[in-house]
Amino acid sequence: MTINLKPSTHLLHALHAHQQQHRFISDQAMIDIAAQFNIPRPQVEAVTEFYSFFHRTPRGRFDILFSNCTSCGDLTLMQMLCEKLHIKTGETRADGLISIGETSCIGMCDHGASALINSMTIRSISKSMIEGMAELIESDTKLSDWPQNWFQVDDHIRKKGLLLSNSFEAGSALKSMAGRSGQDLLNDVTSSALKGRGGAGFSTGLKWQFCHEAEHETRYVICNADEGEPGTFKDRILLNSHADVMFEGMTICGRIIGATQGYLYLRGEYRYMLDALETTLQHRRETGLLGKNILHQGFDFDVHIVVGAGAYICGEESALIESLEGKPGIPRIRPPFPVTSGLWGKPTVVNNVETLVAAASIILHGHHWFTTHGTWQSKGSKLLSVSGDCARAGIYEYAFGISVQQVLDDAGAKNVQAVQIGGPSGRLIGADYFEHLIAFEDLATGGSFMIFNESRDLLAVIRNFTHFFAHESCGFCTPCRVGTTLLKKGLDKICDGHGTAHDLDELNRTAALVSRRSHCGLGMTAPNPIRDALKNFHPLFKQRLLHQEMEPEFNLDAALEEARALRNGN
Amino acid sequence: MPKLRVGTTSLGGCFGCHMSFLDMDERIVDLVQHIEFTRSPINDIKHCEPCDIGLIEGALCNADNVHVLKEFRENCKIIIAVGACAINGGVPAMRNHFSLQECLEEAFLDEIGLDNPQIPSDKELPLLLSKVHPIHEVVKVDYYLPGCPPSADAFVKILTDLLEGKEPSLPKEMLHYD
Repeated sequence: MTINLKPSTHLLHALHAHQQQHRFISDQAMIDIAAQFNIPRPQVEAVTEFYSFFHRTPRGRFDILFSNCTSCGDLTLMQMLCEKLHIKTGETRADGLISIGETSCIGMCDHGASALINSMTIRSISKSMIEGMAELIESDTKLSDWPQNWFQVDDHIRKKGLLLSNSFEAGSALKSMAGRSGQDLLNDVTSSALKGRGGAGFSTGLKWQFCHEAEHETRYVICNADEGEPGTFKDRILLNSHADVMFEGMTICGRIIGATQGYLYLRGEYRYMLDALETTLQHRRETGLLGKNILHQGFDFDVHIVVGAGAYICGEESALIESLEGKPGIPRIRPPFPVTSGLWGKPTVVNNVETLVAAASIILHGHHWFTTHGTWQSKGSKLLSVSGDCARAGIYEYAFGISVQQVLDDAGAKNVQAVQIGGPSGRLIGADYFEHLIAFEDLATGGSFMIFNESRDLLAVIRNFTHFFAHESCGFCTPCRVGTTLLKKGLDKICDGHGTAHDLDELNRTAALVSRRSHCGLGMTAPNPIRDALKNFHPLFKQRLLHQEMEPEFNLDAALEEARALRNGN
Repeated sequence: MPKLRVGTTSLGGCFGCHMSFLDMDERIVDLVQHIEFTRSPINDIKHCEPCDIGLIEGALCNADNVHVLKEFRENCKIIIAVGACAINGGVPAMRNHFSLQECLEEAFLDEIGLDNPQIPSDKELPLLLSKVHPIHEVVKVDYYLPGCPPSADAFVKILTDLLEGKEPSLPKEMLHYD
């Protein structure tokens, strides 16, 4: 069972295909691929090094990456499998059969512990499944002969609202555009007050208008399906069950801004959906919903899918554009913003999956249908990906303005200690905040809603998030590259019981510096878990501190061990 | 008013910071109206007595460095990390890219023209640390005086501020090195 990527279509696809076939990217492969795409070899090397799904040394024929997310990860299971197969994490076994490692959240938070095995998602892993997996691997059984229900990913829609309860026939929104001018359509989007659903909340109508007004002959539409924020999986559901609406949203955007080419940037973790998405695209082409002169309305549009390779930073729109251009995903300096200078320097709209789904529905039903829901500053509905300590994890769609407590009650969460709203880059709140509302003007969110009950060690959760950012920092700017690692080390020291009041002060200072001085949103938000925890859960830290001014991590005896051994060896 | 007591030392450093300190020339005459030196290479006193300020140059490279630094911390109210080596490890920390064994072999076994090559093992020699550390990893540091070396002006400024009971603050010119 493998997923077919056409290696000729994109540098990332060529590398994916090579990695899949040969289990690593050799120096010769890089030379060949560079020649194929007519780009310098160091660029191919930089891209290979940057993305965590590409490797310079061979991985196993079974390459397993366990999620280390607090909701869809359980590293004790990884250790179990490692012991059974006599292998260490990060290594490839000498016989080349197996390699096991960690990866950031893979968007399976409603399915419990999950992992990627040769890019396929294996979910709800239990101890008994680990036994089975070890046997199947040792006997070198092909993935297609594994129990297929292990790979079955469900939607888990728990509550339908405005978008999800709306039955949408492919092409219906496009048909409704017949006879309407682009400006008229844009007015509908603007009047709906739709704001971007990825987290930043920029007005969609304005974004489209700016792009439309930017002077250039070529424009692009990009759908950002690089859903990497831990605890978020709503785009997975939309891509799985509402792909037509999303593609229709892209097509509408293309018509309004005057773009003929769209790109869907799909996160590498969701590669298993690629075939289905390509089928949907093909079907749309065959029924005249994509391609030349769509529905005889006199405009052309088509969509390419590009699959990412395990880099959280590519969810940032300018990093995503860099990645689409076949480069490492390093955020650009803004301005200029993508609406004036985006993909290949051309005006580009980058929208989240959910935004495009909402936009298509607004065109079909009119903006009044949309604005009757939500609060006066946040119109419409929001899909929440609810996970963690609750009875019913899954997707909940609410009109904006729902209280955190209501979501907790609906999900069957009891004895809740804290909720992480909007993922690690969002906000960590305690019970005194549970009456606050999900809305741009109160608790803004990209959709992640992670619940932690009183049995959780909250510091361990914050530590997990802090490690996540240190791992995902792209390394471009110093405050983020060095700062996230300093935060990681500082927090580790406190969690391990070596911290003092001095360390806590240092942590606080570093956190402030990293958020203030970083180049992009990743660094600016990376210290949020620590800063929120210091603010809302201060006693947690105090309990772990030693009552002295300074305790060095440095251990003289350990530091001298090597010199002693050398002297004694003489 | 009693004079402020100041101790200074160079751990794994080149004494360049001390030389730069002396670059304050005649200003030292005014300064010693207000400070007196306890342990310092300037007066060759070997042990630190309780004092107000400790100026520490150099990184931690061996067990003796750690011992001296701890003695300063126990005796000084304020510890100032002086120069790139004390703050970041500096030049001595360049050996951190290699193992200690590689470093010793390169210097004492593999070097061309050595007579009776051997890794020194005299008990009098302090043991080397496996990696070089900046001083804040081992003791609490109160202030940092950056530079390689810090300028004489910077020394005067930080000591004057402390003498006047102010929080030390260096203007941008003293922190720019290009």
